[in-house]
Amino acid sequence: METLAALGQGFLVALQPVNLGWGLLGVTLGTFVGVLPGLGPALTIALLLPITYTVDATAAFILFAGIYYGAMYGGSTTSILLNTPGESATIITALEGHRMALAGRGGPALATAAIGSFVAGTLGTLGLTFLAPTVVELALAFGPADYFSLMILAFVTVSATLGSHPLRGLTALAFGIWLGLVGVDLQTGQARFTFGLLELLDGINVIIVCVGLFAVGETLWLAHRASLRESSIVPVRGSLWLSAEDWRRSWPAWLRGAGIGFPIGALPAGGAEVPTFLSYWLERRLARRPEEFGRGAIEGVAGPEAANNASAAGVLVPMLTLGLPTSATAAIVLSAFQSYGINPGPLLMETQPQLVWGLIASLYIGNLLLLALNLPLVGLWVRVLSIPQPLLYAGILVFATIGTYGISQSPIDLLLLYAIGAVGFLMRLWGFPTAPVIIGMILGPLAEQELRRALTISQGDLSVFLTRPLSASLLLLALLALFAPLLWRRLVRRNLAGG
Amino acid sequence: MAGRGRGGAIALAAGVLALALVVAFGAARIPHSAYAVVGPRVVPFAVAALLGGLGLLLLAQALAGQLVPEESFAGEPLDRRALGWVAGGLVLNVALIQPLGFVLASTLLFVCVARGFGSARPARDAGIGLVLALAVFLAFSRLLGVRFGGGLVEDLVGLVP
Repeated sequence: METLAALGQGFLVALQPVNLGWGLLGVTLGTFVGVLPGLGPALTIALLLPITYTVDATAAFILFAGIYYGAMYGGSTTSILLNTPGESATIITALEGHRMALAGRGGPALATAAIGSFVAGTLGTLGLTFLAPTVVELALAFGPADYFSLMILAFVTVSATLGSHPLRGLTALAFGIWLGLVGVDLQTGQARFTFGLLELLDGINVIIVCVGLFAVGETLWLAHRASLRESSIVPVRGSLWLSAEDWRRSWPAWLRGAGIGFPIGALPAGGAEVPTFLSYWLERRLARRPEEFGRGAIEGVAGPEAANNASAAGVLVPMLTLGLPTSATAAIVLSAFQSYGINPGPLLMETQPQLVWGLIASLYIGNLLLLALNLPLVGLWVRVLSIPQPLLYAGILVFATIGTYGISQSPIDLLLLYAIGAVGFLMRLWGFPTAPVIIGMILGPLAEQELRRALTISQGDLSVFLTRPLSASLLLLALLALFAPLLWRRLVRRNLAGG
Repeated sequence: MAGRGRGGAIALAAGVLALALVVAFGAARIPHSAYAVVGPRVVPFAVAALLGGLGLLLLAQALAGQLVPEESFAGEPLDRRALGWVAGGLVLNVALIQPLGFVLASTLLFVCVARGFGSARPARDAGIGLVLALAVFLAFSRLLGVRFGGGLVEDLVGLVP
């Protein structure tokens, strides 16, 4: 009951005309950048971080949340019609969705993606509403040592467990943690890794890293091979209305997708890709006609799309209750909280109920707006896709420059941006994931802070991490998360060799 | 292309090891006192050690031929022309942004990148780039309150209230 009352208060905040306006702006902008290949929610929110200096916190987070949800919807349109995923979490959608579009069933593919996103997004938001207060109660028992171990677990899962190349993921993470260390150490006042540059005393701005990796790196990547720039849009054919058969095949997939996506998103591991893969695999297993998979099976769009949106809601659970970001976008949103001087964590819901519940209520409204924005107006978004590539990427780099140059009007920042862009290009070339860089950069300094708190309380006794049961189990999980996939792969290989 | 074969993989692993050394030396140069329980050097040294370990493992993978690029682009040549225009545009931008101001430098960047991505109409691109840079400049400076310093176009716009 308490939760419902708080949610009601949240709706009063979110339904204020000004906040509705921010929400509408957010979901529109989010769909727009989601549709555009090469632009994602993390990059967009990073570019808009200066807004935190001029707009009040509730409005800013309603805007950011709209962008976050909107990009998920928009990304599926690009996957289906262009076969270039607009967003990494919609790679799977392209598998069946693009085949459907090629077969003249683009309309139903877009419809099942949009309605599935709505159903799962709403279910996920319901999950967030009722799970978050419970997690907060658990989190209040967390001491600094437990927090530190939880962060170690998150580090391992986001970089090693979920990717296909654990070594590369961990290297990306370590690089990110190092970037986060640059600047004056707030606890001791010592400058670290500033190389004598005054510009680096305040640390490296996360905007620069995000824009460098995602905008500059992506542009260099597309420039380096001509074949990457070839793409053609499949025109939308087929009615946007789902037939009775489509409905019958879609809705169980939506519910299963939501059931997979939300819990995985809510674990301190995050990542929207894994639930979409799992959902695809499950739908294929359960399909009455598995032979349709690979040739445009509607369940293969409905399930993963639902999983993707439900996991987006799930990621907000550790984000809002523990201050633990498990995706690049969540990490950027966390830095927006820091910019307001707010520390997300178990106390956030108590100290900022207007903000948190207004944000959650705006997610329900945003989902509804997105359904309206994406189904009848899908033709408009298809036209966005026809922006010529030369103008699109030239424009992205102009935005990248303004986002960076506006921070301090220093060419050093621009040089840093391009250097990080070059690193991002190399990472892309060699299959290093980039999200762990952003997560390491934001979460690294917080982990250091908890490490210090824990060891100050224990007077330097390292065993505190192993004697507290919670901390010890989290570290054990981290160890498992690091080595289990390795052992699993070895086991599979041995079985294959034996069989 | 040599950069993508085994030699490239070894160079990549060596780069990670070099980064580990940079971090280790940087960490050693951080002033510290015995006062704090966890001084400012503890986490930096831990990161250096982590990078060093990962670099060695990557090197082992590279030597075993297991560190391979994500996509192979069999036989397709590197698009030097496109990369050159994009990289050139970025370098020009950083060199000219202070003397010319954000709007003009960005217009130039726009033309170069569009050219690299295959546009054959530089005059049209310059027009679109100018309008976009101006619009972005006005949005960020007037709505978000971001400052951009001076410049030819910026000063002219500044005369308009």
